[in-house]
Amino acid sequence: MPSNKSVSDAPITQFVSCRILKDHRLQWEDLWVREGKILNPEKLFFDEEGFADHKVDCGNKIIAPGFIDVQINGGYGIDFSQASGDIRRGVAQVAKKILEHGVTSFCPTLVTSPPDIYHKVQSVHLSLPFISIHLEGPFISEQKRGAHPPKFLRTFKAGGVADLMETYGHLDNVALVTLAPELANSAAAIRELSGRGIVVSLGHSMADLSQAEEAVQNGAIFITHLFNAMLPFHHRDPGIVGLLTSDRIPPGRMVYYGMIADGIHTHPAALRIAHRAHPAGLVLVTDAVTAMGLPPGQHSLGQQQIDIQGLHAYVAGTTTLSGSIATMDMCVRHFREVSGCTVEAALEAASLHPAQLLGVSNRKGTLEFGTDADFIVLDDTLTVRETYIAGQQVWRK
Amino acid sequence: MRLVILDDYDLASEWAAKYIRNRIVQFKPTADRYFTLGLPTGSTPLGCYRKLIEYHKNGDLSFKYVKTFNMDEYVGLPRDHPESYHSYMWNNFFKHIDIEPQNTHILDGNASDLQAECAAFEQQITAAGGIELFVGGIGPDGHIAFNEPGSSLVSRTRVKTLAKDTIVANARFFGNDLSKVPTMTLTVGVGTVMDAREVMILITGAHKAFALYKAIEEGVNHMWTVSAFQQHPRTIFVCDEDATLELRVKTVKYFKARMH
Repeated sequence: MPSNKSVSDAPITQFVSCRILKDHRLQWEDLWVREGKILNPEKLFFDEEGFADHKVDCGNKIIAPGFIDVQINGGYGIDFSQASGDIRRGVAQVAKKILEHGVTSFCPTLVTSPPDIYHKVQSVHLSLPFISIHLEGPFISEQKRGAHPPKFLRTFKAGGVADLMETYGHLDNVALVTLAPELANSAAAIRELSGRGIVVSLGHSMADLSQAEEAVQNGAIFITHLFNAMLPFHHRDPGIVGLLTSDRIPPGRMVYYGMIADGIHTHPAALRIAHRAHPAGLVLVTDAVTAMGLPPGQHSLGQQQIDIQGLHAYVAGTTTLSGSIATMDMCVRHFREVSGCTVEAALEAASLHPAQLLGVSNRKGTLEFGTDADFIVLDDTLTVRETYIAGQQVWRK
Repeated sequence: MRLVILDDYDLASEWAAKYIRNRIVQFKPTADRYFTLGLPTGSTPLGCYRKLIEYHKNGDLSFKYVKTFNMDEYVGLPRDHPESYHSYMWNNFFKHIDIEPQNTHILDGNASDLQAECAAFEQQITAAGGIELFVGGIGPDGHIAFNEPGSSLVSRTRVKTLAKDTIVANARFFGNDLSKVPTMTLTVGVGTVMDAREVMILITGAHKAFALYKAIEEGVNHMWTVSAFQQHPRTIFVCDEDATLELRVKTVKYFKARMH
């Protein structure tokens, strides 16, 4: 058939025999892609009188938006917080490997580090598509520091904003900052960060619920790995966990919460409680460390040594967990299995919800017309078989 | 006329779809000689469209050399509104078959000059060589397309204001909110459909029974515009048992006997 498309001559690919995640349901629909974006076939038909140039048979598999990991410290031997060698190459290496887990966008996470590390990482221009940084620390609680090195923790001495700039250098490439709101003068910092469109996340904190609620009123909208590195839920002071059902969240705003669903960091019953209390806010994260993807043994994370045993990663010589080595697709499968949620909900917890958290759901995390064609093909066991970025296949099993 | 009575909705849909399929296949359409098909919307033809899609997917029916002309479209409804007839045709038919976009014709209810749009539609039908088979339905008020009671039986494609009956019947597609239903449409005229070489009307369900009675057992009357087809040389009415509930036993027995 002659090409008579009026908007563009770029080739159109039609993915057929597939179930796509759209409007929160898996539907038997074809997926159309042109120039790296999801195309509206009805508009193509009536407006341009156009048709597909290539058809790809997906063998009745599932197509979902690519996963987005907002907390990942490294992997495959790369440690984002080490900032040694070629930073851009390190990030690119991890970006390439995690395509196998269905992750098409992520936030390289820097744990508590000295200012020169932040300045060094920030000075590198990360030009890779949609990859911006998660700064986890150093403005966190000493008692809840987890694996973060105590000597680099900081407080807001100068009054918030000045401390941020002195520590981080600049904030151009930053998507999220995790901090402990109970630190004095944190309110100004929270307001400054959220005013710049940076997601403020509460974590590694001893805050009680009212301190957490005040932080939310100042602009915080995320909780870093719920349950871990915070006060446990108590029925008279629910702590940060209480944000999931707080009635003091400003109207129109939603609090999201990260969950490491690796079967180790969170007991399945706790995962279920959180999910049932506030399903729309659940964001799956891996919090993966350098050793993810590597064989068992000793590796480095930030300024510390880590010990890998099976699926567990400990601070060497202790029983303190130091991030997980689960992959995002494992987390999605585990979450679905222990929560009994639908396939759609499990997939959205790793795609739509992180995109909504980051305020980019108009171009990522969905298969809506006009959004970026970053998607994955999975089978019914939710194993990733193919990964596409901007409509191009970048990995296949 | 031919009155074909099947036991239920599914059998009636299948009969109609097979008839359309056979007509197209026997016509042997080519790039020089297209099969022109007039098409309806609404809930009645859904089963028929599903069967046609099935025949296409089985490899028994291609729409490559078929041109289609839809009967009507709402005025002022955005083309991508889920209840527009463009959306209906895309979702229920076009996206599942191999028809070429330029061979489909649906009136544009958002055209800046609606009358010119209607005149152009008539010309497109003429340019295509006229309609070989026009498939239609019947409203509870006996209308064909949106030719509401009182429409001229020799009318052509034009703008029409909907009757209250029709607005009420359509409200279920607009969340049962009468205020959201469009009040004007572009529609082919009774005369436009009468020009087709063959006409097939699908009528199913007890709520259409009275309209069917008025259309075929009473006189030709502009209050029941489907009755105009009593004067067409080749019309088939395809219905289910429920749609015949208001007919005379004599009529039903006569036509049922002809089925065997």
